[in-house]
Amino acid sequence: FIKMLSNRTVSVLKWGRCEAYTAVYPKVPDRVLNFSPLPSLSSPNRNLSAFPAQVYMSENGALPRLGKVLTADTMNANVKKVDYAVRGPIVQRAVQIEKELKEGVKKPFEEVIKANIGDAHAMGQRPITFFRQVMALCTYPLLLDDNKFPEDVKNRARRILQSCGGNSIGAYTTSQGIDCVRHDVANYIQRRDGGIPSDPDNIYLTTGASDGIVTILKLLNTGEGRTRTGVMISIPQYPLYSASIAELGAVQVNYYLNEEKCWSLDISELQRSLQAAREHCNPSVLCIINPGNPTGQVQSRQCIEDVIQFAAKENLFLMADEVYQDNVYAEGCEFHSFKKVLFEMGPEYSSKVELASFHSTSKCYMGECGFRGGYMEVINMDPEVKAQLTKLVSVRLCPPAPGQALMDLVVNSPQPGEPSHQTFMKERTAILSALAEKAKLTEQILNTVPGISCNPVQGAMYSFPRITLPERSINEAKAKGQAPDMFYCMKLLEETGICLVPGSGFGQREGTYHFRMTILPPTDKLKTLLNKLKEFHQKFTQQYS
Amino acid sequence: MLARKCVRALDYNCNLYYLFLYQKHYNENVFLTLISSAGRLDGKMREKTLTMDTLNPQVKAVEYAVRGPIVIKAGEIERYLEEGGTKPFSEVIKANIGDAHAMGQQPITFLRQVVALCTFPELMDSPSFPEDAKWRARRILQGCGGHSLGSYSASPGVECIRKDIAAYIEQRDEGVPSDWENIYLTTGASDGIMTILRLLVSGKDSSRTGVMIPIPQYPLYSAAISEMDAVQVNYYLDEDNCWALDINELHRAHQAAKQHCQPRVICIINPGNPTGQVQSKKCIEEVLHFAYEENLFVMSDEVYQDNVYAPDCQFHSFKKVLYEMGPEYFSSVELVSFHSTSKGYTGECGFRGGYMEVINMDPEVKAQLVKLLSVRLCPPLAGQAAMDVIVNPPQPEEHTFKQFHQEKSSVLGALAEKAKLTEQILNAVPGIKCNPVQGAMYAFPRIFIPPKAVEEAKALGMQPDMLYCLRLLEETGICVVPGSGFGQKDRTYHFRMTILPSIEKLNVLLGKVRDFHIRFLKEYSGLE
Repeated sequence: FIKMLSNRTVSVLKWGRCEAYTAVYPKVPDRVLNFSPLPSLSSPNRNLSAFPAQVYMSENGALPRLGKVLTADTMNANVKKVDYAVRGPIVQRAVQIEKELKEGVKKPFEEVIKANIGDAHAMGQRPITFFRQVMALCTYPLLLDDNKFPEDVKNRARRILQSCGGNSIGAYTTSQGIDCVRHDVANYIQRRDGGIPSDPDNIYLTTGASDGIVTILKLLNTGEGRTRTGVMISIPQYPLYSASIAELGAVQVNYYLNEEKCWSLDISELQRSLQAAREHCNPSVLCIINPGNPTGQVQSRQCIEDVIQFAAKENLFLMADEVYQDNVYAEGCEFHSFKKVLFEMGPEYSSKVELASFHSTSKCYMGECGFRGGYMEVINMDPEVKAQLTKLVSVRLCPPAPGQALMDLVVNSPQPGEPSHQTFMKERTAILSALAEKAKLTEQILNTVPGISCNPVQGAMYSFPRITLPERSINEAKAKGQAPDMFYCMKLLEETGICLVPGSGFGQREGTYHFRMTILPPTDKLKTLLNKLKEFHQKFTQQYS
Repeated sequence: MLARKCVRALDYNCNLYYLFLYQKHYNENVFLTLISSAGRLDGKMREKTLTMDTLNPQVKAVEYAVRGPIVIKAGEIERYLEEGGTKPFSEVIKANIGDAHAMGQQPITFLRQVVALCTFPELMDSPSFPEDAKWRARRILQGCGGHSLGSYSASPGVECIRKDIAAYIEQRDEGVPSDWENIYLTTGASDGIMTILRLLVSGKDSSRTGVMIPIPQYPLYSAAISEMDAVQVNYYLDEDNCWALDINELHRAHQAAKQHCQPRVICIINPGNPTGQVQSKKCIEEVLHFAYEENLFVMSDEVYQDNVYAPDCQFHSFKKVLYEMGPEYFSSVELVSFHSTSKGYTGECGFRGGYMEVINMDPEVKAQLVKLLSVRLCPPLAGQAAMDVIVNPPQPEEHTFKQFHQEKSSVLGALAEKAKLTEQILNAVPGIKCNPVQGAMYAFPRIFIPPKAVEEAKALGMQPDMLYCLRLLEETGICVVPGSGFGQKDRTYHFRMTILPSIEKLNVLLGKVRDFHIRFLKEYSGLE
């Protein structure tokens, strides 16, 4: 085989003190390099000359490697601080248990029920037929000649393809998103907001809402020490926020939602939190999730107005995460967009307050998470900054074109009179009313359990009940170095196969414990889940009392 | 003549607005007072929270020429033409970006069939779809939550797709083992490259991570480095030697960088973007040995692995070469390689599919990588499905093989022909010199720009090749990217153009470039 190698390879082989090359080289263990005699590699300033040369030089003078370049010690410290509980250790364990079950390991349950993530299709929700038909046509345009597809499906697909480069969904789109999709999004917003104008130039398509949120935070992140950008987020929060703040090295500024008042937002708490933060950073952004994740509250119009007033007074950039805008279940609750309220407050506000609002294909009635579709609308952004935003998003070229196409269908759904309208409405209504029913059911059953108290799930896809944990379990958890509700959820998973996310992953008032569970499993399964949960909680409480 | 120049200068002033936004050294404060909207609210001045003053400075520093001012200008001209405006040309030809479908390349039928079936599984009953496509779609859907492309996948990607990728790599690399747990699906290769850089960037001042990149480079690298505030360490490719990588130059760059940062990563693009060279095996060995000696993390961007045209060139993966260098290397050099659905013969850019394979990554860091990826939930499923078809294409015994193979060869055959054509025509123009396009999708010819034009550009505050490309666009409708957007040796000028337009269009385009160049030379050499 030596013949096959160039001379250079042979000499390289000589440099390395490796044994003869064998055709079937055994699989290398994960970490073969353990240079234990070396001093700590943790210093990022490794100075090669600090080591006695004769010891570490090989015969021909080449320096041997000093171990890995990238280690937990040398890596980006901000990345280490990132935490994302929704896919954290509990979920990893759930995946492991699923594998064990497949391999025939006996468990006190037959399947893992994943109520950890708002992933509707994974829980059996069917896609909206119209959406998938159009997507199939966009993907494989030969189907445009197939008479099995209704005309409105074909029209939508043709329109989308016509605005793609080379009429192909495989072309890059402009970085801001396909032109006609941005127009459709703007029209949709205008309709939704009772005629308040929306400019397509203010619309940016994104790779799911997460991508938009991270991008806007990136623009806002600046300063050092006391001038470092502070980002106000609700507690409990969706951990994308805390994770991005950690990754960017910004300062997380917590404001607490009022659990006693159905997780509502309290302006005096905003004020308190801002005041406190100003001691050590420069709070310049206020993030709102409405309807709330994980807390399921729907903000009142008055509350939104108060928040906008507060942002105006305190010079804060507003980020409104409105991905659950179609998920409102409770009577007396209604979704109000921040944009609409802002414009109804008059030009003094509407021409000044900077606002970015986010939407996505992943939630509501469509639940199309895998397509990673989404958009953001930016209002009152400095034109120069907007050019910078466009430049920044252009580095990633464009959001996935199928996700953009899907977003288009969400904002431009079948209208009365079109052939697909009836089926579409039937599917949509069925999903939303099932969700409403499950929201009610979850609240009711959980509230019958002594030691669990659950606010009404007014909207979104989650309940976030408070759980009372016995002192002894808290101590045991602490002894294991675990958050008490993590300990609880882990045990729940091991004993019942139910996968939830501990409240500590979202943030909560000290000394209180919660978990987040989705209301997405089908009603039957949800009932089973809730009953199992009930039993478990009672057993757990007994065991540790 | 003078009058003409004045008009032209005026025209450029409009362009300057765009350039303005991208330039590092302008007086922000003056501009700011002009445009920042300030007003009164509750008796208090309210200025914007987010202005050029308060914007993240790293974002400001980012530059991405492939979609930079020249492309914005091209978009404007296109709109102007649509609205009935007149120009000395009837259409804008975008040769600025490696976007094959936009240039008329047809998608591979089989790939689209599989993705359509995944999207709308009711089509499984349709007799017009081949069985090979159906079973692939079924298999992918079985790997998806709720058997739907609409569910989130695991953050590293759908498991069966990761396994297919590992099998593909093993086959490509003639048996070199690939572990599926080292495979991570990504949102295009760009996403993977950014993620790995994010892990690597740390330290302050002289311990700040230095990232070695080729010059010329694909500007994703410089943009990502700016955004993360890492230190860009340039090593120059040897234009006189067909853009080959010279190991002595790596040593020089590394030595020089050590004075002010800690070089920890070396990035290689093979086949080269924008330079189109294909690295020899010997050269790859040298790079790997260098990385081994100097303790560098290796990032190898291999998205053009199927795009090799020159008969005497062959693609060698870094992974395979590393393996063949023996266990001492294969068990220690940390390597991440990237691939994508966007290039090759598929050109499926819009799907944003891609993967990376990480070798020898510290297990603790790998856990951190998985955590970091999980924050963004998952790469788009349609892109993952498209990636799966690329690594698991029809086999000779399958029905679809013939058509698939024919489509694939026709795309690659046409590209090879266009690579040759581009090089030949450009080299026939006085003042243009073009290395052979051995691979990838671009020519990066060197252009002579007369001193008078250089001076004029400087007076306008722009790079000479930017002036050249802007005029090319204005006069011919051809959109190419100036070499300054990729980096080049001082006082040399280039542009990058794709070889993607159809042969007829490419012929027209090259003819127009030739005529323009000759005109440009004459005008600025005072020969008129």
